[in-house]
Amino acid sequence: MAVQVRLPTVLRPAAGGSSSTTAEGATIGEVLVDLVRRYPGMQGQVLTDEGTLHRFVNVYVNDDDVRYLDQLETKVADGDTVSILPAVAGG
Amino acid sequence: MATRSRFSRPSPAADRVRHGTNVALVASVLDLIGNTPLVDVSSLSPNPGVRVLVKLEGQNPGGSVKDRIALSMVETAEKEGQLQPGQTLIEPTSGNTGIGLALVCRVKGYRLKCVLPTNVSPERRQLLELWGAEIIESPGSEGSNGAVRMALRISEEHPEWLFLYQYGSPANPKAHYEGTGPEIWRDCPEVTHFVAGLGTSGTLLGVGRFLKERNPDIKLWAVEPPAGEMVDGLRNLDDGYIPPIFTELGGFDLLDRKTIINPRQSIEWTRRLAEVGVFAGISSGAAMAGAARCAESIDSGVIVVVSADGGWKYLSTGAWTGDIDEVTERAKKIIYF
Repeated sequence: MAVQVRLPTVLRPAAGGSSSTTAEGATIGEVLVDLVRRYPGMQGQVLTDEGTLHRFVNVYVNDDDVRYLDQLETKVADGDTVSILPAVAGG
Repeated sequence: MATRSRFSRPSPAADRVRHGTNVALVASVLDLIGNTPLVDVSSLSPNPGVRVLVKLEGQNPGGSVKDRIALSMVETAEKEGQLQPGQTLIEPTSGNTGIGLALVCRVKGYRLKCVLPTNVSPERRQLLELWGAEIIESPGSEGSNGAVRMALRISEEHPEWLFLYQYGSPANPKAHYEGTGPEIWRDCPEVTHFVAGLGTSGTLLGVGRFLKERNPDIKLWAVEPPAGEMVDGLRNLDDGYIPPIFTELGGFDLLDRKTIINPRQSIEWTRRLAEVGVFAGISSGAAMAGAARCAESIDSGVIVVVSADGGWKYLSTGAWTGDIDEVTERAKKIIYF
């Protein structure tokens, strides 16, 4: 599956300045591993060394936070949009 | 009884009396905090099988849901002996908590310093100044995260100032556990879904826990703007921020769904609310968009959604009358959550 991945400002330098890119995988976990494979500068930024989601990273599939779906096992389909955003405060 | 029989339903005023919420005379404006109305806006529901009720927190005297936590945090500090007459408080805020605190501090005689990102609406600044709060500016490019960092630094330099810290104060969710949640349960025990914006997480944690204790089947939906997209001053992802109360009170396990609503959708739904007479802030539009998404995903149910504030503080954005593309671009540059 090829999905579009939208990148936050802090990750764009590692992707040559692009605000979005494509990556492949059947699950969010696979997509993120493929993303880091394509852009090694993101190593440790999105996924931890243990392969879990970075604490301050929120990942969304078509606007839904994967932590409240099936986490890294959340399925993706061709054409889905995956967004990576840093956790920020409100209030 | 004769009067009742002539009409299909009692008047709204009679309803308020029946529910014990009719307020004619109070000793202090602070007594008006809470007990906000719930309004049926089901005509906006995309699913005829789903009712949508909006809780109008803009009816609080400081104009937002944050009046509740402001009062709760200050009165908790008073009870714990942390506040002396005339003492100074400091708090990071994107506006509404600061405004609520400014109101409470003005009435109770405390001084307030707010660390406020530069990119909030001018009305938020004006309200803070109106109640005498001193504004300490933090870089807009760092959003609320930058304000929190700056306030933490300043509070270390000034231990004589009381730092309430809405992101870490149990008095924040407690205000909703003891106030907002019971009000919703009293007014709508048939609630199946609760939808609210996620900022400090206090509303969702407090109301969510209260409602789930009464009915574990109630689902909690958090709505947030793509704030991380709009905050471009983060040096790296370790500059990210999760409110301590969210992790300490089990937010990850409590919530059922978290969804992003972009600024354009927020504006569109803010306008739809106005079409049914509800003049609410832009984050209320986001919450309603979340409620609509929720309604589309279920067969039937009753959604209670929180309108965090009224529309007054956003008039300068042109949210209701301006060209939607221009307003959306403007909304991306301000903090409206």
